[in-house]
Amino acid sequence: MSAVTQLPPAYEGEWKLPSRGRVAMFGLIIGESAIFTIFVVAYLFYIGKSLSGPTPQQVLEVPIFGTICLLSSSLTIWMAERSIERDNVTGFGAWLGATICLGLVFLGGTAVEWHKLIYRDGLTISTNLFGTTYYSLVGLHATHVIIGLLMLTIVFIFTLTGKVGRRYAERIAVLSMYWHFVDAVWVVVFTVVYIIGR
Amino acid sequence: MGENSLPLPGSLDMARPRPAARTLLEHLHEWVVTVDHKRLGILYVVYGIFFLLVAGAQAVAIRIQLAVPRNDFMSAQTYNRFFTMHGTTMVFLVGMTIIFGFANYLVPLQIGARDMAFPRLNAFSFWLTAFGGLLLYYSFIGGGGLYGVGSAPDVGWWAYAPLTARAFSPGHATDFWALSLIVMGFGTLGTAINIIATIFSMRCKGMTMMRMPLFSWLMLVDSGLTLITITPLTAAQFMLVIDRYLDGHFFDTQAGGSAVVWMHFFWIFGHPEVYVLVLPAFAIANEVIPVFSRKAIFGYPAMVAASVGIAFISLSVWAHHMFTVGMTSASNAFFVLSTEMVGIPTGIKIFNWLATIWGGKIRFATPMLFCIAFLFQFLIAGLTGIMLSIAPWNWQLHNSYFVVAHFHYVLVGAIVFCIFAGIYYWYPKVTGRMLDETMGKWHFWLFLIGFHVTFDTMHFVGLLGMPRSIYTYEPDRGWTTLNLVTSAGGIVQGIAVLIFAVNLVWSYYRGKLAGNDPWDAWTLEWSTASPPPVYNFAQDPVVRSRRPLWDLKHPEDPDWEYEG
Repeated sequence: MSAVTQLPPAYEGEWKLPSRGRVAMFGLIIGESAIFTIFVVAYLFYIGKSLSGPTPQQVLEVPIFGTICLLSSSLTIWMAERSIERDNVTGFGAWLGATICLGLVFLGGTAVEWHKLIYRDGLTISTNLFGTTYYSLVGLHATHVIIGLLMLTIVFIFTLTGKVGRRYAERIAVLSMYWHFVDAVWVVVFTVVYIIGR
Repeated sequence: MGENSLPLPGSLDMARPRPAARTLLEHLHEWVVTVDHKRLGILYVVYGIFFLLVAGAQAVAIRIQLAVPRNDFMSAQTYNRFFTMHGTTMVFLVGMTIIFGFANYLVPLQIGARDMAFPRLNAFSFWLTAFGGLLLYYSFIGGGGLYGVGSAPDVGWWAYAPLTARAFSPGHATDFWALSLIVMGFGTLGTAINIIATIFSMRCKGMTMMRMPLFSWLMLVDSGLTLITITPLTAAQFMLVIDRYLDGHFFDTQAGGSAVVWMHFFWIFGHPEVYVLVLPAFAIANEVIPVFSRKAIFGYPAMVAASVGIAFISLSVWAHHMFTVGMTSASNAFFVLSTEMVGIPTGIKIFNWLATIWGGKIRFATPMLFCIAFLFQFLIAGLTGIMLSIAPWNWQLHNSYFVVAHFHYVLVGAIVFCIFAGIYYWYPKVTGRMLDETMGKWHFWLFLIGFHVTFDTMHFVGLLGMPRSIYTYEPDRGWTTLNLVTSAGGIVQGIAVLIFAVNLVWSYYRGKLAGNDPWDAWTLEWSTASPPPVYNFAQDPVVRSRRPLWDLKHPEDPDWEYEG
């Protein structure tokens, strides 16, 4: 059939499309960023508008240690990602375990901080506007940390039972995108709550 | 030339035929557990049409109440519930579900894919949305007891603070409203992500971005806009729930909170939401108008650019809903100008559609009739939009029936008309049978007449000063005749929609058999059977132009020779 042989090629080179997992996670991150933006804007707008105490200056302490732990976990999960790409499952398990530990330390720090705020300083979500915005913004972030930790722990269990290999590197890369996002959001929350708002 | 070779032996019947469901229960079970994008698309649209009838009935009830002055057809409280539920249902349960149903069904077919990128996420999103709808309507029974109409939400679909505070909205009606919107928000977010991933990662060979059908292009823009539009609402609803359940103070003016912040957050969602709804209407017009004018779309790249432009500008216009709140002159000027700027990309679109029709060999089938009406009505809706965007004019007419008439011109005159066009256009693909043309014409003309009688009149009663959201009015205001006419038009529209519903059912059993390509169209969905098999395409398609079926039908004059 001469008509068929005259057809031009439909495309040049290899037909390659982006990974659907990465595109979807990127979409989720954009959507989540919008949620965080609204809470951050509310926090910024309400700084100093509380009609009663306690104020951030009186009660907030900068969580340096927790912040260092959470930010380093971005590094460890990146190392884990590299290990699995080279099919080094033991190394992957170790770095993943380290990531989970660092995340837990961060969450523990938040728990201690909230315990102090609630029982020593008497600040709850209904005490004043500061309490409302503080607990909802930091709590929203902590919720994301918990969800991330749950997903990482599931992968960790699969690693221990020997079900994870290089063929899952792509999925693990998608999960690590989420974790990096959680870390990046903390930079914003930290700046807004502990630097600008204090 | 490997990609042109005939399918490998046996590859055509790779998919096992779906085992036929024997009992009704098995049949239902198949639909509940389905992850097929086509079935989910149908579920979305059927769900949307069901709620279209429900919210339409609410609208008719509202119009009966307003038909004559000092009417006592329903109490003030019931009236508030009805207009709240009418608005909320139409936006979230009718508009959003029907457009995502269209996207679900058509995007994979148009880009030559087997299914959506994440079929199970797709099913999850649909059932979240379905559950959200049930949650909203459960408020009629559960919102505060089984007294008459129960206590459905009565705070308006914009739910301004502090009316939503515990003190002013006791009971659980407002909670049902907030929670159902949070649940539906997550469903919508899942679908939007799914559509984006499908379009970026699942296109068939040769389907470059600039060869994609405009319907899919607009759905991509629409889903991107949804990602950053629905999420602010979800965030604001979380704040409302924190205020109501945990004694938070976000919108509590007694504790330093601000009611205006809720307005900002709501309209940061609320205005782009209009574009989330109207872009799919444009998407449908982009497919129907060229096919029924027998011409390729005019200015494809300009259409893509205009759509992205509309999405972008729509993010910075929200406070034109708030001119009467009392903003600074600078913000007023900013929002006036940004709102008027929407007219530029929208104008480009209108001119492109006109240029597509110009010199075409027009077929006046029902889908095309609805699209032509859409062009005129959308133009008028846009012009009253420009009028309302001018702050001093807005101060005069804000919260009057002029505003109600304007946004119904967009939501009904543009969106509903295009949705009807889309249903008449793609029904043959989905069911294998044509919708009846005679009933279609009756539907079109009655709906058109009813629409204009209702909403043209509504502009005037608004100019005469009738405010929205009032349950009755005094006879000496001079609004009586106009309101009666408006209500009469509403009844005509109701009859038209009932004809449509009958047509949907009747044609499913008795309609003319459609064949694969009843409209002689050009996009990939018409190359497969009607209804399409589970696997969509027996062989992965390869495309060389924007109109692959044209190339196939006209090998002597293919599009790829011109597209370059």
